[in-house]
Amino acid sequence: MNCENYNARKAIERIEKMNLGHIRIMEVCGTHTMAIAKSGLRGALPGNIELLSGPGCPVCVTPPEVIDAVISLAEQKNVTVATYGDMIKVPGSVPAKSLATARAHGAEISVVYSALDAVDIAERTPWREVVFLGVGFETTAPGTAAAIKVAKERGVSNFSVFSLLKTVEPALRALISQDGFNISGFLCPGHVATIIGARGFEFLARDYGLPCVVAGFEPREILYATEKLLLQIEQNSPKIENAYPDGATFEGNTLAAKMTEAVFEPTDALWRGLGEIPASGLSLREEFSEFDAVKKLGITYEKNEKSSPCRCGDVICGKLSPRSCPLFGRACTPENPVGPCMVSGEGACAAYYKYSE
Amino acid sequence: MDEIITLDYGSGGKKTSELIDGIIVSALSNDALSELSDGAVVNGAEKLVFSTDSFVVSPYIFPGGDIGKLAVCGTVNDVAMSGGVPKYLSLSFIIEEGFPTAALRRIVASISETAKKAGVLVVTGDTKVVERGRGDGIYINTAGIGFLKNPDLSPKNLRKGDVVILSGTCGDHGAGIMLARNKSLAEGEILSDCAPLNALCEKLYPLGDALRVLRDPTRGGVATTLCEFAESSSLSIELSEEDIPVRGDVRAVCDLLGLDPLYSANEGKLLAVVSPDHADEALRIMKSTEEGKNAAVIGHVTSRSVGKVYVKGEFGSRIVTKLTGALLPRIC
Repeated sequence: MNCENYNARKAIERIEKMNLGHIRIMEVCGTHTMAIAKSGLRGALPGNIELLSGPGCPVCVTPPEVIDAVISLAEQKNVTVATYGDMIKVPGSVPAKSLATARAHGAEISVVYSALDAVDIAERTPWREVVFLGVGFETTAPGTAAAIKVAKERGVSNFSVFSLLKTVEPALRALISQDGFNISGFLCPGHVATIIGARGFEFLARDYGLPCVVAGFEPREILYATEKLLLQIEQNSPKIENAYPDGATFEGNTLAAKMTEAVFEPTDALWRGLGEIPASGLSLREEFSEFDAVKKLGITYEKNEKSSPCRCGDVICGKLSPRSCPLFGRACTPENPVGPCMVSGEGACAAYYKYSE
Repeated sequence: MDEIITLDYGSGGKKTSELIDGIIVSALSNDALSELSDGAVVNGAEKLVFSTDSFVVSPYIFPGGDIGKLAVCGTVNDVAMSGGVPKYLSLSFIIEEGFPTAALRRIVASISETAKKAGVLVVTGDTKVVERGRGDGIYINTAGIGFLKNPDLSPKNLRKGDVVILSGTCGDHGAGIMLARNKSLAEGEILSDCAPLNALCEKLYPLGDALRVLRDPTRGGVATTLCEFAESSSLSIELSEEDIPVRGDVRAVCDLLGLDPLYSANEGKLLAVVSPDHADEALRIMKSTEEGKNAAVIGHVTSRSVGKVYVKGEFGSRIVTKLTGALLPRIC
């Protein structure tokens, strides 16, 4: 906690007195999404402050055609898919099909807590190809890189990574360049900032004149960062501020960032709702290509503009509030999700569904 | 005995007898069980409570207990929550070929110890051995019979103004198991709360009608059980987040995994709903026992809406829903 003596009630009173008009603030982190919904912060703020969820949930930004490729991969007879739990229930382009249903039909799927666990599984089952689904942002990339290095050192030849890793900056740039973009400022993700540093979000203020504050994860920390952000907006003085100094420094964790850089290089990546963004993904460098599941197993997927009723893409771009989606709570529920935002532990729709009154 | 359980031990022949006599009956011996007939003849009562449960926990030995202790507590507690004083248990094992005999001995010893503590007799049972790869080490099923003491425990009894009491800290077992499965998450270990609650329940039964309902919030946690109460009674339950006891280490592990302690399993806790004029007495009774020493009033029954649970947090109240699907840890 970075703001122990910060009085939430008084802060809200101060915010109520600010001269702001209608303000749209976007948070770009699934953990923020959940914390805001769970704490009831959205309802506690005055009505002119709108909190929106951006492309901050790693599962949600993964497009349906890639999820389909993941499911097909799991259906291969000799393949074990090792994944973080979030991915299990996410449907691909067909709502009734997910890794969970593939597992029920006999696919080998292991839920792991780190990429290193997947290397261990590969060592224990040398007769199977163990593919780790590298999903996440800058925060999970170093751990995935470390696992690849360990696999190389130990000579674990039946381990590979299907890298779906993404970086935040190109996505935010793409989002800001979209027609109709009207966000007044960003609450920046504390977890990502621990790796890339607060400076990783400086471009928002420098290149676009957008206020931006790195925020922690306690409800009060989020409110604290929100107040700082609103002050920037009120005073028209956009800059990067770090309201999470216990977790993130300005420079970030350069060692971790170097680990990522040693194993991965930027590549074009497909995002749900944002399409293909140049240099927004991370793929394995040539010297680690033996661990690249895409090359090793010939994984392919095509950009697919199939008409689907799912509007998760609009939700993660802040164009549609979860409750305004015609499917929300009716055709799409956590038990029968149509899109990832309803089923991911960090999805905006899941947060609204679970915690709203 | 061999060091591991082989398929021969499930053959029904000599080795099966060795397993049953050498490991199970020797540890649990009582008149009814030692007969080793197809069924047990036991003394009865006018009204019985009958319950069964199967146990598939991984790892089968965890901090604070093992699958054997869990198998006794689970069924004993189900009988007790239904208003029964548990008396007899059945005990069935499905063991995977290759299972270490030493682990089986430990599990049976803990069944014996827990049954003694709960005052129940294991009077009948069965063992099967399945081929390697066709089971996850060991599965146990228990069924329990109890004599009915408090005939009317049901969420349908809830009234506006009733008080919700939780007998201790929330979510210990679920968080302990998560940590035991993934030691890399945090240092140390979290002890499961796994414990028989029948003695505590027997002390609460004399509250009579003032005791509306008892339930042990196992899978799905406190949140899911309270949602069931609200739905059955068509009333609401309003909780105060700061009054719900949660251990610091449990909260830390839950935060790491993006889970909510309200949904994390308990194996030695009960939720009691009590009429407001008996709430202090119920709380005092609970606090006087080892199992209930951290008991706390966590909320009240209201008529705010039909069948909903609310929890009041720092910025207002939110709705609590039932757990949907399994708890899955998140990415970062």
